[in-house]
Order: sequence, then C-alpha cells, then structure tokens
Amino acid sequence: MRRISLILVPYLWLLALFLVPFLIVLKISLSDTALAIPPYTPTLDLSGWETFRAFVGALDMENFVWLTEDDLYWKAYLSSLKIALISTFFTLLIGFPIAYGMAQAREDWRPTLLMLVILPFWTSFLIRVYSWMGILSQEGYLNQLLLSFGLIDEPLIILNTPVAVYIGIVYTYLPFMVLPVYSALEKLDGSLLEAAEDLGCSRTSAFWLVTVPLSKSGIIAGSFLVFIPTLGEFVIPSLLGGSRTLMIGKVLWEEFFNNRDWPVASAVAIILLLILVIPIILFQRNEQKQREAEG
Amino acid sequence: MTQSVFAPWNDPGAKPLIQFKNVTKRFGEFVAIDDLTIDIFEQEFYALLGPSGCGKTTLMRMLAGFETPTEGTILLDGQNIAPVPPNKRAVNMMFQSYALFPHLSIWDNIAFGLKREGLAKDVIGDRVQEMLRLTRLEKFARRKPHQISGGQRQRVALARSLAKAPKLLLLDEPLGALDKKLRQETQFELMDIQEKTGTTFVIVTHDQEEAMTVASRVAVMDHGKIIQVATPADIYEQPNSVYVADFIGDVNIIEGKAEPQGGKVSIAWAEGQPNVTGTPSSEITKGQTVHFAIRPEKVTISATKPEDATNAIQGKILDIAYLGNVSTYHVELPNGVVIKSQTANNRRLSRRSFTWEDDVWLSWTDTAGILLER
Ligand SMILES: Nc1ncnc2c1ncn2[C@@H]1O[C@H](COP(=O)(O)OP(=O)(O)OP(=O)(O)O)[C@@H](O)[C@H]1O
Ligand SMILES: [Mg+2]
Repeated sequence: MRRISLILVPYLWLLALFLVPFLIVLKISLSDTALAIPPYTPTLDLSGWETFRAFVGALDMENFVWLTEDDLYWKAYLSSLKIALISTFFTLLIGFPIAYGMAQAREDWRPTLLMLVILPFWTSFLIRVYSWMGILSQEGYLNQLLLSFGLIDEPLIILNTPVAVYIGIVYTYLPFMVLPVYSALEKLDGSLLEAAEDLGCSRTSAFWLVTVPLSKSGIIAGSFLVFIPTLGEFVIPSLLGGSRTLMIGKVLWEEFFNNRDWPVASAVAIILLLILVIPIILFQRNEQKQREAEG
Repeated sequence: MTQSVFAPWNDPGAKPLIQFKNVTKRFGEFVAIDDLTIDIFEQEFYALLGPSGCGKTTLMRMLAGFETPTEGTILLDGQNIAPVPPNKRAVNMMFQSYALFPHLSIWDNIAFGLKREGLAKDVIGDRVQEMLRLTRLEKFARRKPHQISGGQRQRVALARSLAKAPKLLLLDEPLGALDKKLRQETQFELMDIQEKTGTTFVIVTHDQEEAMTVASRVAVMDHGKIIQVATPADIYEQPNSVYVADFIGDVNIIEGKAEPQGGKVSIAWAEGQPNVTGTPSSEITKGQTVHFAIRPEKVTISATKPEDATNAIQGKILDIAYLGNVSTYHVELPNGVVIKSQTANNRRLSRRSFTWEDDVWLSWTDTAGILLER
C-alpha cells in the first residue's frame, strides 16, 4: 500500500501538471476559432451523452492540415531546429573549456567559480536579455568599444540579426552546459590521465581518449538541457532577433496573442511537443545509463 | 639458483640501469624522499619494502615521470630522465589504485598501450590474448572494469602494464588483492616473464614473503630513506639495524651492555641472568648498548638444559600459537621479557611435547643471532 502511494505521487503530479494541460491544448487544437470567450468552439459539454457526441463530432484535424499548407510553419520549425542545433554547438564549444578550467582549478577556488556561473540567475532573465540590446545595438557598448579601438570604421549591425539571437541563446543557456560538464569532469580521476600518458599517450590524445569519453554523459546532458528549451525559445528571438528571425516559439506567440487564433497556436504547440519528445526520451535514456554506470 | 650467479651489484664494472643520485623530493615542507642514492641493475627484480607513507609510490612516480625530484638526478642508462615526459619513457607503471579506464572493456584497457604504438591489429589481438591468458581473465575480456571483482581488476592493471613489455616495469603492490594461491602463481609468472624478457622490475609490496620470493634485492625504506639494500637472504640473516630485523620477519631483540671477550661479545642484559654471547660484525666498545637479534626459528626449546649450547636460559611458556606447519611458543623469562621460539610441527598436534605454564629451556648457538648497534 505504501509502495503504491509512493508511486502514485509522481504520477498524480504528472497527471495534474502535464497530462491535463496537454489534453486541454490537444482539444483546443482540434477546435475551430470563434469570436467568443474562450475564442474557440466547441466547448466541452458533459451534460448528456448526445451533447458530448455533438462535441466530439465538431472536433477535426483542420488546424493540422493548415500547418502543412502554409509554408510559414514548417519553415519556422526548421529554422528553430537549425538555430537550436547551432546554439547548442556553440554553447558546448564555449562551455566545455569553462567547465574544464573550473575542474582544473584549485579545490578551494571551485565553490567560488561555481557561484560565478550561477550568479546571473540572480537577476531577471528579461533584464539580462534587454541589456544585451544595449550592448549589441548600433550605438551600443560593443560598437563604441570597437570604434574607439579603431577596429571598425562603421558600427556593425548585430541587433535584430540571427547573430544576436545566437549570442543571446549561448549567453543565457551557458550555465546549463557548464554545470553538467563540470560535474562530470570533476569526478574524473587524475590518475587515469597519468595512466594514459604512461601507456604512450600525449597530453592531447589523453584528452581525446580519456577526458572526453568520460565526460560524455555530462556533454550529452548539457546539450539536451540547451537544445530542448532553445527549440521553443520565444523571448530571445523576439527581443534580439527582430522580424527577420523565424522561430516557432515566436510564431506560436503571434498566433496566440496577435491573431487570437488559439486552435492554430495549440496545433503548433502540439507539433512542437512531438518534435521535442524524441530528444527528451534520449535525454532520459542518457541519464539512466549514467546512473547505471555509477551504481 | 640463478640468484647466486646473478649479482651485478657486486661487480664494480657493471653499469646500473637506474641510478638515483642524492634524490630529494619535497611536497611543500614535507620531505617524502630524503637524499636517496640507489642503483638498480638491468634484469633485477628490485623490491621496495617499508611502512605506509614512507615514499615507495613517490619513488616510483619519479621513475615513471609523474613527479620530478626537488633535488638530485635520476639516470636511466646513464641519461638524466628529468626532461623526458612519461609517454616517451620506456617505463610502464602499474598504479596502486589500478587506474583502469572505466569506459573501456577489459580487452581495450589491455590493448590501450599497444594501440598507441600503432601496431597491426592482429599483433595487438595476439598480445592482448596472451596477457588475458596469463592473468586468467579470458572470460572477462568484454566486461567493463566496474563489472569485475577487486582481484580481477588488479589483474587487469597488471596485464595492462605488462602488455607493452617495457624495459622497466614499476609494480605498485601488484598482488595485494589476490588470494594466496593465485598470488603465488602470479609471482612465479612474474619471475618467469622476467626471465624470458629480461625486463627490470621494481615492485612495491607489503608482503615480505612475496619480496623474499621474487626479489633479487630488497630495499627497506623508512621516512623517505633507504635503510638497507641486500639480497633476501642477507636482509633476513644480516640485517644492519633493529629496524630492518624487526621489519622483515619475526625477531627477538635483547638489549644490553656489551663486554668484548676475545672475538666474541658478551651481553649483560638482565641482572641475575647469564650473559648472552654473540659474534660481532664490527668493532664493539665495552659498555656500549647493543641489541642482540635472533629469529624465533633459531631458538630451540627443550624440557631440560641442553649440554652443549653456548646460550641457555630458563623460562615459562606463556602462550602457544599454533600456525599449522609451525608453532610459536611465547616464553616468559624470570625478568618478564618474552622470547619467541618457533618449531616445525613435523609431529601431530596430539603429541605436542609442551603445554602452557611448562618450565622450559631456550637455547641457541652463538652464531644464530646477530649483534646490532642500532
Ligand atoms: N602530492 C602530494 N602532496 C603532498 N604530500 C604527498 C603527495 N604525494 C605523497 N605525499 C606524501 O608523501 C609521503 C609518501 O607517500 P607515498 O605515496 O610515496 O607512500 P607509500 O610508501 O607509497 O605508502 P603506501 O604504502 O601507503 O602506499 C606520504 O606521507 C604522503 O602523504
Ligand atoms: Mg604507495
């Protein structure tokens, strides 16, 4: 009995916070828009069998068909996928050396360094993204700095381009990459590198043959932690990317608030979720494998 | 035995493979290796013995290239090895902590060093197979290190260090986790490998029996210093100090004042007790404090006073330790000193001649023990 109730808690949690909202969104995605409150029809009516039958009969796949007809949507999905992949790559490229440096640092320094990585979370995410606007704009600090050093003659146009989106995403999600990679690297036993060198490896090849494989689970975890939220990211592209950056999160927002087309917005969300299910499952599997390897 | 023939350390013309010249290693203020000078010859089986923390691993790590001496030089084949990085040294080390690669299978762990040499696939395969057979790990080749037992892991570490057949092999407690039978078999395998390949071995062990079995010479260390280096027989029979005598095997130490008498030394060690006579190996002055060390198996125990023995003292049996093949009698002398005497049990237990509280005589010849100044 105790066992069952123990298992029940997380399942109830999932039911309340994931499954029920999902079903609501799914239902809306199968509805039609209407000038009403809420802005769709039909609404669920459980007063009798007949009314319920009518309700189910009114649901259709129209919105999903619409998503395939307008090329805006699949372009936005693809563009999001591309941006998420590239950002994840750059986050890894920058995050790994940071994590490596932290793991190599003197033991009494490490808590401080860890603090510094987490420190940005103490300020609102929105404020930090806004401040990037101040840095990247044409009259921004970056351009002023480069101009004053004489490195450029004219201000660079960074804000409202994909580059600004990449900068914003990499900046925002860097800690999600650094922390898991650091925790993997920190556990790495230094004598393994010595053993590798003893057996004829140079420092570099010992890095590729021992350090990288042994931090693999951290790299994978970090990559998913960056990739998954980036795919649906909406704030960064809308604040830094201007109108030219197409991302599905932004499309979703516009459908929802600008067009007030809840059914289409819900359909977009459902498809996004389906796309994300694959990496989420892979992520879970990586975590499980790691736990098995450690346990 | 080949050991009596193989003794390059006695040959003034022989060139050592490894020379430590006044090597000191400090970690901050702490002196781990203290002004150490030793020679290790080619094809030696050099055993390092000493208490925990005396610097054995540090010495090996300097040979492997993971630590650099704070002072002094280490020569390999007459060349200073300080500037040579670990991966360029013809030296392999078996780590005390094994340091197996957790992400690689047993097979890949053993093949790791061979692959770095860029050998052909089938050459590597054959060599790994040979190592697996040698260490009886064939069945576990596909497993990961965390899927095998502690003793099996130790054998993987050994196999991995042996695989490259280096000129110098450093084994840091290679057999500690193995059961006695497997340990003895592996010891003989090691000696066999050593004979076949001519590899020089430096081995750390906490098991003196092991050191005695495999080593051409044994070095006893304490606090970063070498106390004595000698063949197993010499270190057992001719220890240069009480420390070494006590460290290697069991020993009775009788402390007293020396009274030289002709070629012999008589030791007054307790009032009312007959003096103990020993043969000195160096000049002893009258009244000097000396230690008479005698191994338990050289002390004869008897019910009546032996006629011919130079040294005979009476005592009472305090305790008997039955160890199967031998029994150790703890005999208390009238002044409270306890002397151990060991006899081989070539008769069955039921016919044991002594029991607790028996009055017995202990005796030994005057060359059985050794006189030590410190
Ligand atoms: N990196 C280091 N920093 C500081 N002290 C060290 C370091 N490495 C070793 N020591 C110290 O040097 C001494 C010798 O260590 P070493 O590992 O050589 O001992 P050992 O003889 O191998 O002992 P054991 O038999 O327990 O393995 C120890 O007191 C140890 O604490
Ligand atoms: Mg050690």
